[in-house]
Amino acid sequence: MSRELLLRIWRGDASGGDLVDFVVPVEEGEVVLDAVHKTQALHAGDLAVRWNFKAGKCGSCSAEINGHPRLMCMTRLSSLPSGPVTITPLRTFPVIRDLVTDVSFNYEKARQVPAFSPRPEQPVAPFIMYQQDVERSQEFRKCIECWLCQDVCHVIRDHEENKPHYSGPRFFIRWAELDMHPNDGLDRKEALQDTQGLGYCNVTKCCTEVCPEGIKITDNAIIPMKERVVDAKYDPLVRFARRRLRRARGTASSATSQGPGHG
Amino acid sequence: MPEDSGGYESHHYDVVVIGAGGAGLRAAIAAHDAGARTALVCKSLLGKAHTVMAEGGIAAALGNLWPEDNWQVHFRDTMRGGKLLNNWRMAELHAKEAPQRVYELEQWGALFDRTPDGKISQRDFGGHRYARLAHVGDRTGLEMIRTLQQRAVALGIDVFMELTITDLLKDGARVAGAFGYWRESGRFVVFEAPAVVLATGGIGKSWRVTSNSWEYTGDGHALALRAGATLINMEFVQFHPTGMVWPPAVKGLLVTESVRGDGGVLLNSQGKRFMFDYIPEFFKAETADTVEEADAWYTDKRNNRRPPELLPRDEVARAINSEVKSGRGSPHGGVYLDIASRRSPEFIKRRLPSMYHQFMELAGVDITKEPMEIAPTCHYVMGGVEVDPDTQMSVVPGLFAAGEVAGGMHGANRLGGNSLSDLLVFGKRAGDHAASYVQALGHQRPQVDAQALSAASEVALAPFAGGHGSENPYGVHQDLQVVMQDLVGIIRTEHELKEALDKLSGLRARSGALAVEGNRQYNPGWHLALDLRNMLLVSESVARAALERQESRGGHTRDDYPMSDPYWGTQNVVVKLDGHDLRVERQPLPKPPPELAQLLEEGH
Ligand code: SF4
Ligand code: SF4
Ligand code: FES
Repeated sequence: MSRELLLRIWRGDASGGDLVDFVVPVEEGEVVLDAVHKTQALHAGDLAVRWNFKAGKCGSCSAEINGHPRLMCMTRLSSLPSGPVTITPLRTFPVIRDLVTDVSFNYEKARQVPAFSPRPEQPVAPFIMYQQDVERSQEFRKCIECWLCQDVCHVIRDHEENKPHYSGPRFFIRWAELDMHPNDGLDRKEALQDTQGLGYCNVTKCCTEVCPEGIKITDNAIIPMKERVVDAKYDPLVRFARRRLRRARGTASSATSQGPGHG
Repeated sequence: MPEDSGGYESHHYDVVVIGAGGAGLRAAIAAHDAGARTALVCKSLLGKAHTVMAEGGIAAALGNLWPEDNWQVHFRDTMRGGKLLNNWRMAELHAKEAPQRVYELEQWGALFDRTPDGKISQRDFGGHRYARLAHVGDRTGLEMIRTLQQRAVALGIDVFMELTITDLLKDGARVAGAFGYWRESGRFVVFEAPAVVLATGGIGKSWRVTSNSWEYTGDGHALALRAGATLINMEFVQFHPTGMVWPPAVKGLLVTESVRGDGGVLLNSQGKRFMFDYIPEFFKAETADTVEEADAWYTDKRNNRRPPELLPRDEVARAINSEVKSGRGSPHGGVYLDIASRRSPEFIKRRLPSMYHQFMELAGVDITKEPMEIAPTCHYVMGGVEVDPDTQMSVVPGLFAAGEVAGGMHGANRLGGNSLSDLLVFGKRAGDHAASYVQALGHQRPQVDAQALSAASEVALAPFAGGHGSENPYGVHQDLQVVMQDLVGIIRTEHELKEALDKLSGLRARSGALAVEGNRQYNPGWHLALDLRNMLLVSESVARAALERQESRGGHTRDDYPMSDPYWGTQNVVVKLDGHDLRVERQPLPKPPPELAQLLEEGH
């Protein structure tokens, strides 16, 4: 059952680097991260990689596998086409070393989020809140902060210049989560548009496609937030996206009709 | 402001918290709120700590589903689950304060699952008399860490990510700070601080089959020992009964206890629900002894007793072990955990979404259609730094410990759900008391000694010194895992423990000859070489304590002493470092006052 696998792993640092070939033995059921660990143990003890639990829950092991942003611990080798497996670091963030990138961009954006702030009607926990009202925000709180959606978003993927004024899909869902929190009392919509760059997103949905948690980033957060921010008729992209969404669902009632001004 | 002096970057704080899981974050928030200049240091990125993996929930007697629940019942369950070896005062504080700590999370934005009347929902778990665990699906730990992380960020607490502490610094008997390196650059960092809170979690990475991540190398336990603190209860290691066994790449990965809480049962290869054969005397009165009663419990908890699958973890893990040993195991050396035949696919996907996902993605098993194959996995260490139950301070002034790295709270066995609450309750206490300790010092602050700094940097750089060594850290680590797995596992004997100690001393010698390639910049081989020093010290502590305790109790089972012994029920095993050698001593366990002792009686 054991076979030899050819890995091409990007090695280098901020000053540059290259793909390096390694051959490791792999077994049934193994994932890409197993092959990387074997490379460390057998060939390159100093190969830099982040990971924590190897269970798809910490969001540490993100990389680009054959060019696709994925979690290395959730990508089974058997799911990849035969032939060599190429592993490169996330492209949107500066490389530190090998597969490890500098993701401090995300921690900066996290600091800009105004904290949850309870409504004056229910200022002190325990709060009374109902399951159907917390569910929408709960979806966004599943986020494991793997930064794959940030990596894939074209607004910053090859546009360093957009980073200062664009927080990216992970933070759009964070803002949306607070906005949809049944007991949050702040109005964040304008700040989201003005300071976080929501308007730059043109709803390509690449973020939703890579999210390992299956969070519907665009349909359930970005589009409703865009709708809440501006009236749909001034933003043709929203109308377009909504039409597509409805077609996809085959129904006229969708998450997009929940914003104020659409009820 | 960081300043550079002789190759070190140095920082000054009142309180340095090491570890940014639930306990560390809560401690840092508390210390900050109490006015202390606080730094939070962690080996990984923020938000990746082990707390994320806790699935089931936070145990707290909120009484939202069962008004009869209260701190007294929670206290009783915790102590009985811990085989009465818990520090009673910690168990009391924990049971009393857990509800406030949960509400605090809600105040900071956590979104727990709700009851129909809009309160925090609570779920059943092993060893808890009432449905008591506040939860969010099966990702409660993630919710907790995000809430705390977001709170810490909103408060502007200084966080040092991907920084490993290798040694504590002292001034005489007192703590004076901590020494470490940035993982990214390998550059050394000195924290001058009169109070240090250890919140480093556990030690599971020394076993082969484990649910723990690479971070779980017993750093805090080892730092404490080297700084002169004592460890208690190190022989008690919890093997979670349900870890994945197949495919080999995921062996040990946790399968949440909620599967059983939500109706899952354990079956052997003959399809028998074997847990009915393993109900111990101690829990007979509260455990169903027929399938009918056990099944009826899920819908009518008032008139039926709990299914035996929900006995405390040590009982279930031992039962599984014995079924497998008797030849009634599954093809890959486990038993079956079946929820597919007992609950609808919709129910399973709604209540256990991560488990559904985990088995589908990693094993190709649809848990709504097939049973899971599971076996015990090394999960948690009950033992840890001996602390004052109220302040969490160790015997070393200025050194505090909270969460898994602290000992006493869980006695011989921890109940599921009591870990997250432990992190919150004692994290807060440690942070509060660390801040007030520093305040009380006034101007009598300890000084860092320059010699200690150069000693610490020498130790850290040893693996690069090369020349005299050729040992590969990955190889030594693998061998250590085999020793601990095979000789210091669920079932122990004197003979095997002695063999383990022999082998550990061999590994210690080999670890003196470690050599790593590359440079100091983000070098996992070097990082592992330094972590190994801690793993070896802590593994030896476990083996020595396990050899000392000649009885079976909770997370410590001796084949040569299969029964609990009333004498040992009154003793803690204490481990400390004496020069380079570990010493083991016995110490009488504090006795609870009569009004609490009476809560512990059978049937209360
Ligand atoms: S939908 Fe928007 S946020 Fe998502 S990847 Fe596309 S542009 Fe980026
Ligand atoms: S939203 Fe999804 S893809 Fe983005 S960081 Fe969170 S888990 Fe990762
Ligand atoms: S190691 Fe945690 S997500 Fe892959």
